[in-house]
Amino acid sequence: MHKEPLFHLVKRPAIKWYEAWFIRIMSVVFALIVAGIITLALTGLNPIKVYLTMIDGAIGTVRRSWALAQKTAMLLCIALALTPAFRMRFWNTGAEGQVLAGGMATATVMLLFGNKLPNGLLFVFMFVAAVLAGAVWGVIPAIFKAKWGTNETLFTLMMNYIAIQIIGYFVLEWSVPKGSGQIGVINQNTQAGWIPAIAGKAYLVNIIVVIVLTILVYVYLTYTKHGYEITVVGESERTARYIGIDVKKVIIRTMLLSGAICGIAGFLLVAGSDHTITKDTAGGNGFTAIMVCWLAKFNPIWMVLTALLICFLQKGAGEIATMYQLNLSFSDIITGIIIFFIVGCEFFINYRIIFNRHGKEVKA
Amino acid sequence: MKKILSVLLAATMVLSLAACGSSSTTATTAAATQAQAATEAAPAKQLTMGFIYLHDENSTYDRNFMEAAKAACEAKGVTYIEKVGIPETNECYEAAADLVDRGADIVFADSFGHESFLLQAAKEFPEVEFAHATGTMAHTEKLANFHNAFAAIYDGRYLAGIAAGMKLNEMIEAGTITADQAKMGYVGAFTYAEVISGYTSFYLGAKSVCPTVTMDVQFTGSWYDEALEKEAAQTLLGRNCVLISQHADSMGAPTACEEAGVPNVSYNGSTISACPNTFIVSSRINWQPYFEYLIDCKMNGTAVDTDYTGSLADGSVVLTEVNEKVAAAGTQAAIDAAAAKINSGELHVFDTTTFTVEGKALDSYMADVDTDEAYTPDTEAVANGYFHESEYRSAPYFNVSVDGITTLNAMF
Repeated sequence: MHKEPLFHLVKRPAIKWYEAWFIRIMSVVFALIVAGIITLALTGLNPIKVYLTMIDGAIGTVRRSWALAQKTAMLLCIALALTPAFRMRFWNTGAEGQVLAGGMATATVMLLFGNKLPNGLLFVFMFVAAVLAGAVWGVIPAIFKAKWGTNETLFTLMMNYIAIQIIGYFVLEWSVPKGSGQIGVINQNTQAGWIPAIAGKAYLVNIIVVIVLTILVYVYLTYTKHGYEITVVGESERTARYIGIDVKKVIIRTMLLSGAICGIAGFLLVAGSDHTITKDTAGGNGFTAIMVCWLAKFNPIWMVLTALLICFLQKGAGEIATMYQLNLSFSDIITGIIIFFIVGCEFFINYRIIFNRHGKEVKA
Repeated sequence: MKKILSVLLAATMVLSLAACGSSSTTATTAAATQAQAATEAAPAKQLTMGFIYLHDENSTYDRNFMEAAKAACEAKGVTYIEKVGIPETNECYEAAADLVDRGADIVFADSFGHESFLLQAAKEFPEVEFAHATGTMAHTEKLANFHNAFAAIYDGRYLAGIAAGMKLNEMIEAGTITADQAKMGYVGAFTYAEVISGYTSFYLGAKSVCPTVTMDVQFTGSWYDEALEKEAAQTLLGRNCVLISQHADSMGAPTACEEAGVPNVSYNGSTISACPNTFIVSSRINWQPYFEYLIDCKMNGTAVDTDYTGSLADGSVVLTEVNEKVAAAGTQAAIDAAAAKINSGELHVFDTTTFTVEGKALDSYMADVDTDEAYTPDTEAVANGYFHESEYRSAPYFNVSVDGITTLNAMF
């Protein structure tokens, strides 16, 4: 004789879209409640006021809304780069390094050829260099994986550190003033190689480029033969081989693409907003993008939303720190709680909990 | 399923109501105190000063700025706003612009790499004063509203060096080391003028009381890396250094000293609580006088100096209390005597009669004061028998290799 547990889990065969969204929205509501209780307990602040402060920090002024759009665009761009690889079940954890490689290439061209070439030609050079650098950084682990079956997660991760150290070397070598470890803003007075502002909006080009990329990646993955091959390789390499797909070729081609898009992100960051290169240029977005990608289930269109959500939380969290003079750890706690609930709710979309009636014993 | 949800929803509402109830009181009291403060201060217009910090208060470097900023704003009745954790990227420009949107009349940024982004904001908002610590570009950019500031911290380090030299003398007299074994170790960040100027002044301070002293310098290639700094200190200890100092922002080197029982001269503030048996003294920059100066200028409508170099005399360069338990007898008196001589102009830290470069006296040195990519030397810095540090711009430019100091890994 045994007691039945309090509840058991049942896999949901299928879930209607509105049910799934109801669960998602509820998860956000619960996250806000839990974060609110913790806010009240730790700081004594009114949680609702804190949330309003977050919203204000993210979109409170026109300038903040543009900054949010730029941040979202950059994160989205990197997540888009990861998507083809992830759909192929190739866990590219090296986006940070691939973005930095692209950024480093862009900065190098700006430094060496800025003010020497006409600006149009300079842009072409910068862009090509960034795409190539990103692609090379991405394809090295892919070749090793395709030829010798090495572990791509570790390999791409290690490539990040190599990229960071290379930047560390050049930043010191080219630092101004000598030995300071900072290149500083490149071509600050001539603005050579800076992506120009359109209608006074400095980030508009970046945002448009990323919107176009989103559509292109979506079309590539959904409607082309390449996209189909990626999905098949991701589902089962054996099936892919059986139906005559050259798996090695797909792996290498896809990582070339993934690295190249990361290179574009590096180009946009250096030419479009930072105008310099440091180890912080990617700012950890190469890792955050993994979450953006997973949360959206590798769907480029949904990624717009997940990237926006994460950037919104980050911007809002910074505002809490400013307004209430709480340090960044507190903002991280709130962001962490919210993301935990959102990630966790996928469990409830895939499974349902059946509560058993208390106390009743089950007959064997 | 529905039942559970409705119960949870109800709970939510109750909780949020409770939250509103309890916190509205705190909000009103806060508003009341604010109103009170406003009536107390209440000059013609309340000024607002915005601060941009690289990290938050967990970094000793940023905390040093934060405490001074809050004290200055409180003393002058100025509204204080802060942005913490702002990296040296375009986010610094965004933060500065956002501070202006919030009504900041003065914006200050604390990290070297913030400078060019702050400059970008300064060009866009000419009515707001932008000030920056440790930067080098103000005197060449010539913007009326963009300013650099630093302090003659080499004076402070020289005084701290005297404390170190006296400790070495004590060891020599006690017979624990011979005069030739008086070797100090120094953990530096980069081979940057600020660091070189810092360790050379420290060394010259020690040499002024202990003539046989030598020094090894180990660089970490990072401004803040606790593990690397500790490792560097241990390397120096392994090379028989009997006293350690550092120019890096973590507790790495002081902790290594405490574990090994080797005396340490610190930077940025006292480490006596963590290192009671090895801490001697620490020099640091007090930014409060500069912040109050900025506020006064804005209130009175006077121009801010392009380069401001704080000094011992104006309270910008300070030494912590000497730890009597570790320091040699008479250390405080010796520091006070030397400080008086520096203030009177009798003593110059970089007096060219006190050191040699490759065996020769330094008669002339062209420093790279106007920074450029080619590091073109542009300004004669030696005159009247001493190197004029921080006079032609506030950020240090002394980067001469002085005899007696060995740099172990100058690749950074």
